[in-house]
Amino acid sequence: MAKLKIGIVVFPGSNCDHDAHYVAQTIMGQDARLIWHKEGSIGDVDIIILPGGFSYGDYLRCGAIARFSPVMKDVVRFANSGGCVIGICNGFQVLTEAGLLPGVLLRNKSLLFICKYLHLRVENANTKFTNKCTPGDVLEIPIAHGEGNYFTDPETLARIEGNQQVVFRYSDRSGRLTDEANPNGSLNNIAGIINETGNVLGMMPHPERASDPVLQHTDGRKIFESIIQSFVYQLV
Amino acid sequence: MFHSKVYVTLKKSILDPQGKAVEQGIHSLGFESVSNVRIGKYIEMDIDTDVNEEAEIITKQISEKLLANLVMESFSSTTEPVKE
Repeated sequence: MAKLKIGIVVFPGSNCDHDAHYVAQTIMGQDARLIWHKEGSIGDVDIIILPGGFSYGDYLRCGAIARFSPVMKDVVRFANSGGCVIGICNGFQVLTEAGLLPGVLLRNKSLLFICKYLHLRVENANTKFTNKCTPGDVLEIPIAHGEGNYFTDPETLARIEGNQQVVFRYSDRSGRLTDEANPNGSLNNIAGIINETGNVLGMMPHPERASDPVLQHTDGRKIFESIIQSFVYQLV
Repeated sequence: MFHSKVYVTLKKSILDPQGKAVEQGIHSLGFESVSNVRIGKYIEMDIDTDVNEEAEIITKQISEKLLANLVMESFSSTTEPVKE
């Protein structure tokens, strides 16, 4: 099949943009392109990645200023017309600030910036981003954040749980959802959610940091492979 | 010209670990009588208009759309004319 066109938005302060580009281009063999945040259009792309980092120095709130970057208007248009968008870490924070995903990422309960490998249980494998997994799969993917404590009001929480919009939860190695496995205090151990229409995913863990075999961990590839697979289905 | 002051605070229902950490520091200083320390943000700005109501509306719009995230925060503000 033709290569997927993957656009990676670069905000001032993004720092996982080149990792995402490397994984998309070199590891997954797709056609990746960096998109500077001042561009008015994302151009012809199949997928948008909002990468990790500290856009605008996390001033005011994480993702609060990035949301107003010129390119975000077109990202929102793309998402609202069904385009595939994945926000990783700071990208997840930008998606909540932009109103593309519900809730907010609060300061970690411990107040510490946490950078470590941990385990995620796949809750919903029936998405564009997880179709290469099965429900209950445990992935080992690192986090690196100070504000990843997922919070929303009780009504919204009940809604996203009811709609199976929770895609990943922090778990232990065997998939148990314990308080010890929850690194940041997120409600219901939530690590990643999808929007109602299933085309926008936000996750705090970094799949692009667990995709190159050189780094010994490759569970993150399942997410990129799933996205590619979802386009294969579309073409059939 | 008007001058607005906006105070953004975490909603009461939201745990404020930063406030808790500062509270521990206050207790270490010896002020054991202090409790419920909460940390927020203070923003001030000038607004170029002669109409008080307009300045208040602008302040409210900016606060709702940018300065506070109403999922987790609330805000209050004051608007006063700038003395020339």
